[in-house]
Order: sequence, then C-alpha cells, then structure tokens
Amino acid sequence: MSAITHHTPDSLIAAYASGNLSQPYSVVVAAHISLCLECRASYEAHQTVGGTFLETSETELVSEGLKAGLLDLLDEPFEAQKTYQRSGAYPGPVMEALKGKPPRWKRLGMGTRQSILSSGPDGSVRLLYIPPGQAVPDHSHNGLELTLVLQGSFHDETGRFEVGDIEIADQSLEHTPIAGMGAPCICLAATDTPLRFASLIPRLLQPILRI
Amino acid sequence: MLTAYLDTTQIDGRAVLARPNGYSSVTQTNKISDQTAFIIAVRDNRDRAAFAQLFDHFAPRLKGFMMRSGVGSGQAEEIVQEVMLTVWRKAEQFDPNRAQVSTWIYQIARNRKIDVIRKENRPVPEELAEDPANEPDAGQILAVEQEASQLRQALSRLKPDQREMIERAYMGDLSHQQISAQTGVPLGTIKSRIRLGLERLRHELKELR
Repeated sequence: MSAITHHTPDSLIAAYASGNLSQPYSVVVAAHISLCLECRASYEAHQTVGGTFLETSETELVSEGLKAGLLDLLDEPFEAQKTYQRSGAYPGPVMEALKGKPPRWKRLGMGTRQSILSSGPDGSVRLLYIPPGQAVPDHSHNGLELTLVLQGSFHDETGRFEVGDIEIADQSLEHTPIAGMGAPCICLAATDTPLRFASLIPRLLQPILRI
Repeated sequence: MLTAYLDTTQIDGRAVLARPNGYSSVTQTNKISDQTAFIIAVRDNRDRAAFAQLFDHFAPRLKGFMMRSGVGSGQAEEIVQEVMLTVWRKAEQFDPNRAQVSTWIYQIARNRKIDVIRKENRPVPEELAEDPANEPDAGQILAVEQEASQLRQALSRLKPDQREMIERAYMGDLSHQQISAQTGVPLGTIKSRIRLGLERLRHELKELR
C-alpha cells in the first residue's frame, strides 16, 4: 500500500473521538483510522482528553447495591460481541456496515455502481464502484462529503487520491472525480444530505437512484 | 489497600516491569498510578479486589458522565454496570503502554452511551493486532501517565469558559454544529499537548505493526 497522504482533519477526529460525529461520517472516519496509523494516533490522543475529563468531572453517588450486584455478574458466562475483520478491500467498519456480506451493487450507468450501506435523516454512507478512467457524474452537495478510497484511485480538481486517502469536500467544491487506470476504484462515501447533481438528467434521477 | 509499586530494571537499555512484585511496598521513585496497577492486576490475574477498587473510583464518574446526557439515575446505573462488566471481560485488550486506564474506560463508556442513548451502533476502528510479546514496560507506562498529567494541567490552565466548552464536547452532548463552531479555539490551545502525545503514539503504534 502506498503511503497515505490525505488524512482526516483533526476537527473531525476530535468530533469522532468525543462521540459527536453522525453515524454516516463515523463509518468513514472509523474505516480511515483502521487504515491509517497517523490518524489512529490522533484518535487515541483525543480519547486521552476524554479520559482526563472522565477523571476530573462531576461524580454522582451510585446506589449501595450496585457494586455487589456487579461482582456477582463477573463469573456469568457471556457471548463475546461479534467483531468484523477486514475482508479484501473492505476494512472492519465497512464489513460491519455490510453485516459481513459482500456489497449488493446497483447500477448507476456507464459501468458505475453503488451500494448504499445506510441512509437516514443523518445522511447516508455508500460504496461506489467506478471503472478505470470513468468519471463519477458531476455533482455538488449541500454539506460535507467524505470519500475514502478502498481500491484503485481517483483524481479530481483538488488532487490524486489512492488507497487509504480521504477526501473532505465541503459544499463549495464542485468536483468531478475520475477513476485512475488500473483496478476499478472503490470508494466509501458519506454525505449529510443527498447529493445534488449538477446536470439535469442525473438530478431528475436523484430521487430514484437515491444518490 | 492495594498499593502497587514497580521495580524497574534496566535490560537492554529499556525499563522493564517486574510484575510478580505487584503488591510490594518497596520505595521507588518510579511509581505507576494505583488505577494502572489495578487494571493490570485485573488483566493479568483476574484480581477481584483490584476490580472493586476500579469500580469505586470510576463508577461515580461514569454515572455522572451518563447523567449529563439526560438519562435518569436508574438507567445511568445500568449503563455503568455494563461498562464495568466490559472492563472486566475485555481487560486483556487494555495496553498500558499505549493508554491510560481512564482513556480506555472513557472509550468503552462513550461507545456504550451512543449505542444505548442515541440508539445507534457506533462504528469502531479495527483493533490493532495484539503483540503477544508486548509486556507492560514501566518506562513507557510512566511516560503515558506523565503525558496525561501534563494534558490535565494544560486543560486546567484554560479559561473557564473554554474548558467548559471542551468538557461539554467530550462529556456531554453538544451537537455537531456546536462542535464545529466551538472547538476550533480551545482545541488549538491544547493542541501542542496532543501533539506530544502523537509523537509517542506514532512511535508506539509503528512497533505494533
């Protein structure tokens, strides 16, 4: 794997570490941290801030029986929570969003496909599959869009993104990502609002394709 | 009272932890905190007395943490119990060379809070592969503790309103918009502290790979 050159900004890592990032973005940030030691270090440093506040902030008296009740539970048998491992191009958090199954791709035309992992009032997170040299339909978006490359590469007006790189696009960026040659590009993308397409036909299709 | 001191010995230039001596009271200048000693005793010896000590320390803090998000005392205690049970069951995942016990428990509590209170399943990064040879290293543990204490001091030197804002971000439930609008300034103030932590963590994480 080539070295990661596009990292998650500190403000997003802080929001994620403190539990303040919405679910769709959290999937992308958790996936990026799974691939990027530098951002993992930053994440752990932010959690240290959280731990410091846990140590110093206000306490609440607990009921008398709570400790005894807990100590009685220590020997209870339990099932370890299922954890999802990386599979191929997909890091653990993506496998978790896929519930351990391969993505179910839907065609978007021109060989491009998507697989929606979750979509709701907080935004959506999806996998995109873009054949080599192919452009993702020209689009802009209302809020923040996070795109993490899982396979292949893409480039747009702002630079080149390879496996592990994350692109942070705000609403001012009207970009046209084009997949690099070589392996098809697979990206994990999260938005907090549905994407607005710049050209008319995709815009009409937007509610149908949920892109 | 459990009081754990560490004997440090230089082997190959590195301070190593002499663990069988966990309960000795040898006078040493290098002393890890009680909390760290307790969690190591839980992790390595399934030590119930040490776990009870951790409970006494953290349960009231965890309950306060949960109640800040608006849950009642009863539900807060249920979550505290689940968090502490996770501490017991997952203790082998705790790596004192990388994190303070408060950091590790914060992470468990925050995840649980999001799962229960926000009714979302929090996405978490993959765990790093465990290095079986990764023994607690007294020098490293002390470095982690020293950095955390410097961080605590840096936070306490903030202006009260800044401190309050960061505390609310990490402990309470500020909206994402409030975070974006507010964290820029105060986080900048403590950034140098975090950066120090980063250097150490980067080094440590590279060794784990």
